[in-house]
Amino acid sequence: MRTIEELKAIKAQYEQKAADQEKKGAPSILVHMGTCGIANGANDVYNSILEELKSNNINNVVVTQTGCPGLCHDEPLVTVSIPGETPYIYGRITADNARQIVKQHLVGKQPIGEWLVNKDDKANILKFEELNYIKYQKRIVLKNCGRIDPEKIDEYIAQDGYFALAKVLTEMTPLDVINTIKKSGLRGRGGGGFPTGMKWEFAYNSKGNQKYVVCNADEGDPGAFMDRSVLEGDPFSVIEAMTIAGYAIGANQGYIYVRAEYPIAVERLKTTIKLARERELLGKNIFNSGFDFELDIRLGAGAFVCGEETALLTSVEGKRGEPRPRPPFPAVEGLWGKPTIINNVETYANIAQIILKGSEWFSAMGTEKSKGTKVFALAGKIKNTGLIEIPMGTTVRTIIYDIGGGIPGGKAFKAAQTGGPSGGCIPAEHFDLPIDYDNLTAIGSMMGSGGFIVMDEETCMVDIARFFLEFTQEESCGKCPPCRIGTKRMLETLTRITEGKGKPEDLANLETLSVTIRNASLCGLGQTSPNPVLSTMRFFMNEYEAHIFEKDCPAGVCKAFQVYAILVDKCIGCGLCARNCPVKAISGKAKEPYVIDTDKCIKCGACVEKCKFGAAVVKKESGR
Amino acid sequence: MEMINLTIDGQKVQVPEGTTVLEAARKAGIDIPTLCYLKDINKIGACRVCLVEIEKTRGLQPSCTYPVSEGMHVKTNTPLIREARKAVVELILSNHPMECLTCNRNRNCELQALSKQLGITDIRFQGENTTFPMDFSSAAVERIPDKCILCRRCVAVCGKAQGIGILGATERGFKSIVAPAFHRPLAEVNCVLCGQCINVCPVGALREKSHVQKVWDAIANPDKVVFVQTAPAVRAALGEEFGLPIGTIVTKKMVAAIRRLGIDKVFDTDFTADLTIMEEGSELVQRIKNGGKLPLITSCSPGWVKYCEHHAPEFLENMSTAKSPQQMFGALVKTYGAEKYGIDPARIFSVSVMPCTAKKFEAERPEMKASGFTDVDAVLTTRELASMIKEAGIDFAALPDEEYDDPMGMSTGAGLIFGVTGGVMEAALRTVYELVTGEHLEKIDFVAVRGLKGVKEATIELPPVGTVRVAVAHGLGNAKKLLDKVKAGEQYHFIEIMACPGGCINGGGQPIVSSAERMRLQEDYRAMRAKAIYQEDKGMIMRKSHENPAIIKIYEEFLLKPLGEKSHHLLHTHYQPRVKYRALANQEECKE
Repeated sequence: MRTIEELKAIKAQYEQKAADQEKKGAPSILVHMGTCGIANGANDVYNSILEELKSNNINNVVVTQTGCPGLCHDEPLVTVSIPGETPYIYGRITADNARQIVKQHLVGKQPIGEWLVNKDDKANILKFEELNYIKYQKRIVLKNCGRIDPEKIDEYIAQDGYFALAKVLTEMTPLDVINTIKKSGLRGRGGGGFPTGMKWEFAYNSKGNQKYVVCNADEGDPGAFMDRSVLEGDPFSVIEAMTIAGYAIGANQGYIYVRAEYPIAVERLKTTIKLARERELLGKNIFNSGFDFELDIRLGAGAFVCGEETALLTSVEGKRGEPRPRPPFPAVEGLWGKPTIINNVETYANIAQIILKGSEWFSAMGTEKSKGTKVFALAGKIKNTGLIEIPMGTTVRTIIYDIGGGIPGGKAFKAAQTGGPSGGCIPAEHFDLPIDYDNLTAIGSMMGSGGFIVMDEETCMVDIARFFLEFTQEESCGKCPPCRIGTKRMLETLTRITEGKGKPEDLANLETLSVTIRNASLCGLGQTSPNPVLSTMRFFMNEYEAHIFEKDCPAGVCKAFQVYAILVDKCIGCGLCARNCPVKAISGKAKEPYVIDTDKCIKCGACVEKCKFGAAVVKKESGR
Repeated sequence: MEMINLTIDGQKVQVPEGTTVLEAARKAGIDIPTLCYLKDINKIGACRVCLVEIEKTRGLQPSCTYPVSEGMHVKTNTPLIREARKAVVELILSNHPMECLTCNRNRNCELQALSKQLGITDIRFQGENTTFPMDFSSAAVERIPDKCILCRRCVAVCGKAQGIGILGATERGFKSIVAPAFHRPLAEVNCVLCGQCINVCPVGALREKSHVQKVWDAIANPDKVVFVQTAPAVRAALGEEFGLPIGTIVTKKMVAAIRRLGIDKVFDTDFTADLTIMEEGSELVQRIKNGGKLPLITSCSPGWVKYCEHHAPEFLENMSTAKSPQQMFGALVKTYGAEKYGIDPARIFSVSVMPCTAKKFEAERPEMKASGFTDVDAVLTTRELASMIKEAGIDFAALPDEEYDDPMGMSTGAGLIFGVTGGVMEAALRTVYELVTGEHLEKIDFVAVRGLKGVKEATIELPPVGTVRVAVAHGLGNAKKLLDKVKAGEQYHFIEIMACPGGCINGGGQPIVSSAERMRLQEDYRAMRAKAIYQEDKGMIMRKSHENPAIIKIYEEFLLKPLGEKSHHLLHTHYQPRVKYRALANQEECKE
């Protein structure tokens, strides 16, 4: 690619093709094939649509593989667009459903209302943007996800792709680029929220003839998949942004560090890097500017700590992924000791649009110190799980009720966990908290990379803290004792508490350990690892106290406090429970009430599940 | 260099740019406690003991890695810092086997000292301890991983200084541990048993395989006659074990002490060092004259020999076939020595005292039975000898001076300097010059090959032969650099390689110099030990191996001539390529 005119020609050509398709009245079909869709059978859906079109001799339909549009709870999704009509979005489609859609909708011109996701109560078809799940969102990072074929560079260009790079290389100096990013107020989306423009400026100012641009795609928080979706749905946006970053800081080599557990993302990156090279959007003399940039992929082997920037760099260098002390900061001494910037996938996905639309456009969104949007992976006890992108400042309430559709089963909301194992919980009392970096930090949580796990009244907060500690403990790199041994001691204490063996002094010890680990650990993983404990102790101390002093788990989760029993008045003596008990803890005579030997009982729940008469029950040792 | 002004605990300090906060604090008279830090070797900020508060930074910062900057304000002693340091050390102790009383590092343990320094009297955090199998597989180095505190000094010395990298962090989380790859035993990996890891270990996680009991048993056995040889570098460091300053030569007290342990004869390895020069020097002359394989490389360092077998087998033909002084001595003591003293060689129990751990492996090599018996029956490190002297209750400082037994106790300054990097080279040059040129060598100090520079080079004019190029490397990392130069076409006639940085004076069996002491000393402790040896050499009457009357005599009455029939049988050996991993060896065996 040598000139911006070439880009414009590609865009015009693509638009013409779409207009022709429209004019012909030819339908098009999008099959959403992110990992989430494929895991739910999207490959079969895609193939059966192709087969069915073929057997019905339909040749004018364009079928496109695209990424995830975010509605993970309705995967696999198929969007059918017919010129002049609002697109039909079908959800939870099987291969058979897909054949039926071809037959009934495309051939028979009859949409199948029952499988449609985008209809309101009165069966009106809604536009994608009008869906409750979508209408509170603002899609910048995800704008192309689920809409374009991620592996077709022309489709990306048709969505103004690479226009930002063209502008940067032909009209802007590196400092112009850095100033634009600085003014936009963009902060790192990987967790810490460090101002991106400032990071680039440090690297720009660092002396050295070799510099590097690195993309952190080692997304590791449990339940978080924002970066994966972007890489699967819109990989060119990251490649373009890294090239821009390279120009800004004076680097001509980039590395994308992506975890090997994301095979589809890796494949799409490989394909798209190759395509960008073919179009000379990577390589020598891009846009005739004299600027060269190359990009390579490095696979992570699944260590959580490699998401920490210095550990990531160590891993890229081919060593065991362990963090190193800062200073020196990567912007001064990074990869192989050279000035390096590391940004997360989502951060990069914002760059091209900031360049094209200007820093004012971006900084108009969000709160005072947190600009733009944030992508969250909505998970846990919530109806609509999936990927959402909200303007900074959106409240927890909007996320849970307006977007998420509330808690299933009419249960009460207890808390939401953000920031994964490094974050904390937002309790119901902070329901109207506008979400941004500083507000989350102020209540002891953090933005993190975008995990958003909803917990209802049946979640035990001590158990949750224990879960996260177990995760960080296993993922500690072992380099520094506060993290390696401190989190182990905390985990042991929490385990003891959930097992009913908590001691009064455990609370003080947890606090002492938390403070030591936070102050003394080497890297962010260690420093933030006590957060889930501190946060749950702050808002749910009553649950800790109940476990320790009353020997009770108020949420009814911790097995140590449960006693299984068979109700004499309900048991008919069928013996089904005894036959299903894996440890033979239940005995009795036929047609007489059975009994459970509580010493043998392992509280697996098999008896409760099997009993048809509601006779086997969990009895609390000490009731609420 | 630009000077930086900063304030530490209210004191103004000026230090050069690039100095760390830890070093700057020392300049201000403040000893910040450390654990993983080891001067010139390990600076990774891992242990979180040297934490300080630095204004305008979040949390606490490791002073060992933090560079000073202009106007910086540092606090090293606040309630927050004291609590963090204590809690960190308590955490380490909570996963440490509290076996101080039976640990070989008792009262010589940096963790123990740190715990005392920080005033720890109680451990608030208790829980599970990690357990890993102990590794006693190798002939020389033992690992007790449960004592490991993951400071990674051994990782640094093995990987960086020695360029081998046997040890590294493995596993994750609480189960993280420093171990060879895949937890393979040391005997099955390409470890050269140099023992540098032991010298840097702050605790008792690494130690030598003890031969102390074997030696006590032999002394107590009325059927055995126990002959001891002591290596050159031992006398330059043994005194440190008894509180004498670094760089004190204790040869004569050492001889006296060994006799008092119940040893029958005390000889000097320096004698066979002189003999090595005769054999190796002759080999060099022969190779130069006859167009043999050059460069000739010395073979007295068993760590280097094993390294060459594992890592650079293409150089095995360059290696001198001359045995090391220890093994020459072993072969002679049960032949020549037995004859001299009229003792049945089967009754002789031959003990060497070495600054080295790899010597234990060397003594066990199957080819080392030239006398018809195991040439060297037990190898004690300097530390082990000290422990025996202490166990016997000998007041070392009060001992009289005593001399070695004849004739194998007679030696020259040339043999003595074998204990320092460059020493073998210098000793060889002193003799080869005179043998080749037939002229008297006036200036015998070859200072170009002395000192702690990693690779040293020199050229010497040997009139009939021409210009001879020599090179010296110490530390296997430097050895690799030198070998790479040779591979790239650099031409040398003679190369000296010692496995340990600094040579035998810093061998893996020498007294341990703690991190605190290394920081406190104004000078490199290796240079201090080396200086003592050179001083001793200077004061000796005989300083050339071929002038040693005992050497002249043994050739006259026993060996007849260097590289002769008897020498070939008793004093020369061969080498074998070794694979890096035993698994590979097994595969090859399977193929056969």
